[in-house]
Amino acid sequence: MTSDTFSMLNQFRNANLVKAGISEIHRITTRHWAIMEICGGQTHAILRYGLDELLPENIELVHGPGCPVCVTPLELIDKALAIAAQPNVIFTTFGDMMRVPGSSRDLFSLKAEGAQVRIVYSPLDAIKIAVENPDKQVVFFAIGFETTAPVNAMSVLQAKNLGLKNFSILVSQVCVPPAMHAILGAPQNRVQGFLAAGHVCSVMGYWEYPPIAEKYNIPIVVTGFEPLDLVEGILFTIRQLETGKHVVENAYSRVVSENGNLPAQEMIRLVFEPCDRSWRGIGEIPMSGLGLRKEFNNYNAESRFEIGNIQTKESDICIAGQILQGIKKPPECPAFGTICNQDHPLGATMVSSEGACAAYLRYGRARKGISENQYAS
Amino acid sequence: MPVNLSSFEGPVCPVPIYHRDQIVMGHGSGGRMTADLIRDIFQPAFSNPSLDEGNDFASVSVPTFNTSNGRLIVSVDSHIVKPVFFPGGDIGRLAICGTVNDVAVSGAKPLYITAGFILEEGLPISTLQSIVQSMKSAADEAGVNVVAGDTKVVEKGGADQIFITTTGFGWLDSTIQIGGQYARPGDSILVSGTLGDHGIAVLSARGELGFETSVCSDTAPLNHLVDTILQASPHTHVLRDPTRGGVATTLNEIANQSHVGITLVEESIPLNPATRSACDMLGFDPLYVANEGKLIVIVPQEEAQIVLNSMKQTKYGKDSAIIGQITSNHPGQVLMQTPIGGTRLLDVLAGEMLPRIC
Repeated sequence: MTSDTFSMLNQFRNANLVKAGISEIHRITTRHWAIMEICGGQTHAILRYGLDELLPENIELVHGPGCPVCVTPLELIDKALAIAAQPNVIFTTFGDMMRVPGSSRDLFSLKAEGAQVRIVYSPLDAIKIAVENPDKQVVFFAIGFETTAPVNAMSVLQAKNLGLKNFSILVSQVCVPPAMHAILGAPQNRVQGFLAAGHVCSVMGYWEYPPIAEKYNIPIVVTGFEPLDLVEGILFTIRQLETGKHVVENAYSRVVSENGNLPAQEMIRLVFEPCDRSWRGIGEIPMSGLGLRKEFNNYNAESRFEIGNIQTKESDICIAGQILQGIKKPPECPAFGTICNQDHPLGATMVSSEGACAAYLRYGRARKGISENQYAS
Repeated sequence: MPVNLSSFEGPVCPVPIYHRDQIVMGHGSGGRMTADLIRDIFQPAFSNPSLDEGNDFASVSVPTFNTSNGRLIVSVDSHIVKPVFFPGGDIGRLAICGTVNDVAVSGAKPLYITAGFILEEGLPISTLQSIVQSMKSAADEAGVNVVAGDTKVVEKGGADQIFITTTGFGWLDSTIQIGGQYARPGDSILVSGTLGDHGIAVLSARGELGFETSVCSDTAPLNHLVDTILQASPHTHVLRDPTRGGVATTLNEIANQSHVGITLVEESIPLNPATRSACDMLGFDPLYVANEGKLIVIVPQEEAQIVLNSMKQTKYGKDSAIIGQITSNHPGQVLMQTPIGGTRLLDVLAGEMLPRIC
């Protein structure tokens, strides 16, 4: 990143512009509104900058399911652990997944026991590892939303081009629009406006959203991750809500276009096809995920490895599912900050850097002993 | 066929290969090879009367002035870093500076260092020589002597190239009372420069970032900076070097030790733009990233400006800044005022910092 990029980013953290936006939100808000930010990255930015404290009291930010680590089903994590424990396997993963608890342990503890588990920043690094270790089976844990799908697809295409026989991916790709349908269609839904996830839209565009806005009468505003982006996204959403509109708007136009990144979408289509997916804590959402196309089944870790019968066991106490759907907030969980914390997470929402519980605990929201007044002092 | 005896010279012993290029197990035997290593590598670099006596112990003197009212300060630190050479430093410089700084933050004058080396079989001797030279120049800069040392060699794979454990000894004048338990409400908090540079430089040198940065480690001996601070503010309450866990973790420790709250102002925290960008991309908070040449300084508010001015005059303090204050509110907790007017808690780091997915 260059210093030019840095100074540009600084503009989107400009305190005066942010404060002006917040005053405008105060001016136009007349009643209670519940807005969901879809992406966990947005949840963290909101709490990191303390934006939630500056908004009118009657604007409620509801935290969405956009945390790829959080929604990866337990069964798949257990499968990952089973594969990583096999001899002759190098299991590669994004760092976030290392601490996510499976039914009985996590990848960190497997690594400590001697399994070859390596953190990579991109699946293309896993390809490199596969080239360098022809006698090992290299598996990449391909999780994420539409943001990671193109590069995960590219890794499969590269493996094919290189004729790699020792590379495969364990897929848990999920897609945002079906989750929005699921949230809005649920009887207990209280979300009245969406801040759409800017990174996902940078890949997919926002052409998928007008039918959703139309069907559910809900404003959807494509929103970025810097404080000014978030304030703008919230302002656009409130403006629509207060004037009875429900259209799709783009408050992140420096990154997102309506059609998105077409070559990236093509890459996804080439390798993946829509399929039903389970979301941890939420359950199965029809056609909400991506699976490898049949012609790439050779690269599917689930078919390559013999994995015995997986018996999953979720925590009885953790309410991650309700948190991911915006039904409950982290402090409403009896385990929050007590038996469930960042050292001993019960659910993935406490682990991931994008998880709502981790954000609440890390940034001190609803922490025992801190009142709003103390914050102000 | 008859053997041509004219070319037969009789049975001979093979000439032993003299291992000059890389460390072998024999270098840790305690025998002649160990002695050669000491003679060729360590002694020329660290030569001083105590070391040169060649005993199993070092006999050193403490300052004769004021001995009845002073205290001996001791600190130990083991150094492992991958890679051993990184932009802005290496494991040798780190091993000296880390321990000098741990002694210096007591307010003591660091005097002596001992160094224990665990070497991996196969380590090029030229690498060891560079590291030892680097230790020597850091020790000279700090004004300390390396008075005792030890070398062990482990089999290939038993260590990662080289591990160094250093112990530092310093002498503390009894008039100085500095420690994490002495922060008082109203005190000002200063840092001596940009934060998080060491951690990002090392990550970058590992080639694991997937992008390049120009960030250099800040590894430096800070004892002269400490002298400057103590001259400017004899009432300095706390000095700490925020290494692993970063400034956030160290400030949490101080808040707990002193039973006070800490409030920081995010806009005032000095950051190198390249470090901040790298942290943004990785999802790291630079306040949790390691430093190896920075001080946290806590002084009475009325002395803060004069301390700041004198720190800014020094080599390792030119980017110093006042970043917050001690408060009687929210004891045990560190709160950050964000640029947009919000607040957030800065908790201690839980485990290892992990790069995010997207």
